[in-house]
Amino acid sequence: MYPKDFYYTKDHEWIQVKGDTGIIGVTDFAQSHLGDIVYVELPKIGTQVKFHQTLGVIESVKAVADVYSPVSGEIIEVNNELSNTPELINQDPHGKGWIVKIKIADENELQNLMTASEYEKFIEGQK
Amino acid sequence: MDYLPLSENEINEMLKVIGVEKLEDLFKSIPEKIKLKKKLNLPGPLCEPELINYFQNLSLKNKSLEYLSFLGAGAYPHFIPYLVDYLSQRGEFLTPYTPYQPELSQGTLQITFEFQTLICQLTGMDVSNASLYDGSTAMVEAALMAWRIKNKPKILISRAIHPEYREVARTYFKNLNIELIEINYNATGETNINELKEKINHEVAGIIVQSPNFFGVIEKIEKISEIARSSGILMITTVTEPLSFAILKPPGECGVDIVAGEGQSFGLPLSFGGPYLGILACKSAFVRQMPGRIVGETQDIEGERGYVLTLSTREQHIRREKATSNICTNQAWCAIRATIYLTVMGKKGLKELALQNLQKANYARKELSKIDGVNIKFNNYFFNEFVIELKKESEWVNKRLNEEGIIGGLCLKRFYPELENCFLICVTEIHTKNDIDRFVKCLKKILKS
Amino acid sequence: MIKKESLIFEISSEDKKAFQIPSLDVPEEKNLLPESFLRKEIKDFPQLCECEITRHFTRLSQMNYCVDTGLYPLGSCTMKYSPKINEKVVSLPAFLNSHPYFPEKIIQGNLEILKITEEILCEITGMDAFTLFPAAGAHGELTGMMLIRAYHESKKEPRKKVLIPDSAHGTNPASAHFSGYEIEEIPSNERGTIDVNKLKERLNEDVAALMVTNPNTLGIFEDEIFEISEIIHSNGALIYMDGANLNALIGITRPREMGVDVIHLNLHKTFSTPHGGGGPGSGPVGVRKKLEDFLPIPIIQKKNNEYFLDYNRPKSIGRIRAFYGNFLVAIKALAYILSMGAEGLEKASQIAVLNSNYIRKALEEFYYLPYKSPTLHECVFSDKWQNNYGIKTLDIAKRLMDYGFHPPTIYFPLIVSGALMIEPTESESKKELDLFIKAMKKIAQEAKEKPELLKSAPHKTPIRRLNEVQAARNLILRWSKTEK
Repeated sequence: MYPKDFYYTKDHEWIQVKGDTGIIGVTDFAQSHLGDIVYVELPKIGTQVKFHQTLGVIESVKAVADVYSPVSGEIIEVNNELSNTPELINQDPHGKGWIVKIKIADENELQNLMTASEYEKFIEGQK
Repeated sequence: MDYLPLSENEINEMLKVIGVEKLEDLFKSIPEKIKLKKKLNLPGPLCEPELINYFQNLSLKNKSLEYLSFLGAGAYPHFIPYLVDYLSQRGEFLTPYTPYQPELSQGTLQITFEFQTLICQLTGMDVSNASLYDGSTAMVEAALMAWRIKNKPKILISRAIHPEYREVARTYFKNLNIELIEINYNATGETNINELKEKINHEVAGIIVQSPNFFGVIEKIEKISEIARSSGILMITTVTEPLSFAILKPPGECGVDIVAGEGQSFGLPLSFGGPYLGILACKSAFVRQMPGRIVGETQDIEGERGYVLTLSTREQHIRREKATSNICTNQAWCAIRATIYLTVMGKKGLKELALQNLQKANYARKELSKIDGVNIKFNNYFFNEFVIELKKESEWVNKRLNEEGIIGGLCLKRFYPELENCFLICVTEIHTKNDIDRFVKCLKKILKS
Repeated sequence: MIKKESLIFEISSEDKKAFQIPSLDVPEEKNLLPESFLRKEIKDFPQLCECEITRHFTRLSQMNYCVDTGLYPLGSCTMKYSPKINEKVVSLPAFLNSHPYFPEKIIQGNLEILKITEEILCEITGMDAFTLFPAAGAHGELTGMMLIRAYHESKKEPRKKVLIPDSAHGTNPASAHFSGYEIEEIPSNERGTIDVNKLKERLNEDVAALMVTNPNTLGIFEDEIFEISEIIHSNGALIYMDGANLNALIGITRPREMGVDVIHLNLHKTFSTPHGGGGPGSGPVGVRKKLEDFLPIPIIQKKNNEYFLDYNRPKSIGRIRAFYGNFLVAIKALAYILSMGAEGLEKASQIAVLNSNYIRKALEEFYYLPYKSPTLHECVFSDKWQNNYGIKTLDIAKRLMDYGFHPPTIYFPLIVSGALMIEPTESESKKELDLFIKAMKKIAQEAKEKPELLKSAPHKTPIRRLNEVQAARNLILRWSKTEK
């Protein structure tokens, strides 16, 4: 269920690392708990974020969740598709529902994150 | 009269089902130490005839009905069509709760949708919410919106805005590190645009101006909006007499970003200050920053059009400390009254009403200015309020007017020490020519003496 | 049953009129305002005749369920019956036509009403002073938090944090936030009350106050409240009480005896003023002496047998709104209190608690009760057992509508997953309660045997289940002519 090459956070974000950039989204667990997503607030390109700083907000009918950055870096691209079709996050949270692309400032920060199997164990405990 | 529906037998039956002996047993979870040892010392109980008598006696202690009043200043006397009372007092409008279960609340929701539309039409803005507490707190919410949107700590606020509104803003903002910078008014009673330009800098989130302002003067909204726009700050207007929207160019066509105001003129009696009706409307770009409830259109599972509360995620019951506001209950029933009022007055009726206010106020101003000892303070355009300055001490004149059964407007000394001998006069459609002539004659007599 | 009603803009047509004012009796002057100040006609503003207006709003009213129709068991809302005589009493012209700036000597009746109401609320709660100005509970909370801040600042100890139980109503943290405080959540224990040990851990000199609701949002009395108040006070902090659930306690205990320093009440809950579809309410704030100097201006005082408005309050937090609060709402609450008297109010609390426990007993075999502690005027169930059939709280709520009842509060408090909070109030007869219980039992059975019926509910309301996701994704917040 959870892509093996992604890293995961305790707040249910994922990051797929490609060289010195990463793609960030939220996990299937997150989207199923939020319910139907109605709106996504995206950051501006060029924004500098620190580890665990809010980079955006996801709104569903019954909840709002901050999206925290799994790493420090600079936002280099945002998924504009989400403006018209926020439900992409519900439909394909690990693929088409990606949220931002980031230029990673410090690779070492990835060590703070969980692997797919660690994350799967973590959410077992959450239920 | 205690409105309790259970007989002693029923109470005993229910106690048995629960498994306790007496009512007191249900309160065992409350420690004896904090239980009251004696009965509350309260008046009553009164039965209905006694209740009516009690309040009638209290109402007789008010002598207000004996006076002819020209008070405005944020609360306006207007005719309220009887139909507004008749329809709004239906139990189905008075006694439901907030429409969280939309399938059972289409009445409230649809009327609120109509209200939101009417406010948009009147103000020329893109969206309106379902109401806030009153004009003063609506203005504060608008300023908070600007603060959140621009993320800057200063708000410029005109001194020609209702003094109590500004006081409320001061109370709210001192806990939030938002600085209010006042811009004074000029000799013609409007906000000093030069001073405004000087005080704009990169720390300012928005500017708030009232129009017609507290002195009744119509401000140069388009000009100020242009200054705001070119400086990248938000333009907010406040209004206490929304009847003016019926004939004046609406804020939406003047470059305004957010409109906050008081809707009392739309079908709410003076009520000694409340309940009133806060209005908030803005450009569509800011809709997610707008506090309070909002009704949106949608469909049911059979494709029928229906209405629901929407964008709730901004609200306190979901966002909690990140909410756009802490507001929960609004003024739904007052908004229902306003909707009925505006529908009854209608396009032509509202315009005619506004024109009469304009004409009667103009007539009063002209006649008063003819009196020796009366000066028109601000030589400017106005709607239904204006300021006069007297050559005699205003409190003394007021007392003499009261003795003649007249309340000649609001003495401005209490709010503006530099305007100590000025009165703010309001004239609406309820004042007849005879009323105005009587006031003029009386004031003339008093000033001669 | 009326099912569909057009919007006023759709019924509207040119040149219709419903109200006429007397003709202009002063000489008319042309060109009073320059062209550039004037608007064009208000586009698409409604034009209807009186009959159309009456029918439109009457038909819309018939789509509303209300307390006058039936049981409204919304937990934490206290949907009790609003006595109709109270509507008559506020309509006296001397009250309705009072301008807020009338000279004090001609509105002595109004000032006396406000003063009497304050004094009565003091007696009921044990507080030393009240302000009637906040427009609703949340407004009262904000005022209360500002008073707390002013108190600490006067002691030159600003303090930064407010402690709030995780079961609290959302307005609590929101109000604390808007007063410039940081919020720290205190977990509830397995009994459903504040975990006192966790509270002690979080307590330090940075804590300004603890906000409590008592009974809490689970309907459970915080029985350690007195001990908690001692702990909080010895830390130099204050206790704020959200008085939304006061209906369980009148005449039985008081916030004063619990050690509360400041409380807000909801006149539209405990004191029967009608909810109006979402307001107007009134959220008076009561304080102990230590906070009295900070109350918002003006204060109503009496001197030489005359009431006056006192603005000379140097320590006051200032104004929290223009004018003097929702005056007409205060009158209705006063009328209610006078009708009931002390004994009536106490009996009302007892019956409110009786009714809620009767329902709890009847339903505890059918719905899961997460907390077994005794409850007072409300109780919280969950959809845990119904989940086994794929049924959620939302489905149960929607199906209840088909039985002619308004659903209870759903999904609150947040500490119970799928919460169903039931508060019948003292206004309900045994017959009505039995019908409600019967319906709830039937629905529990349907959940097992015919879950589809619940999932597609409601079937018998003026409109079927509405798509709230679509409403949030595709915002239509006003009517426009192009809309078809």
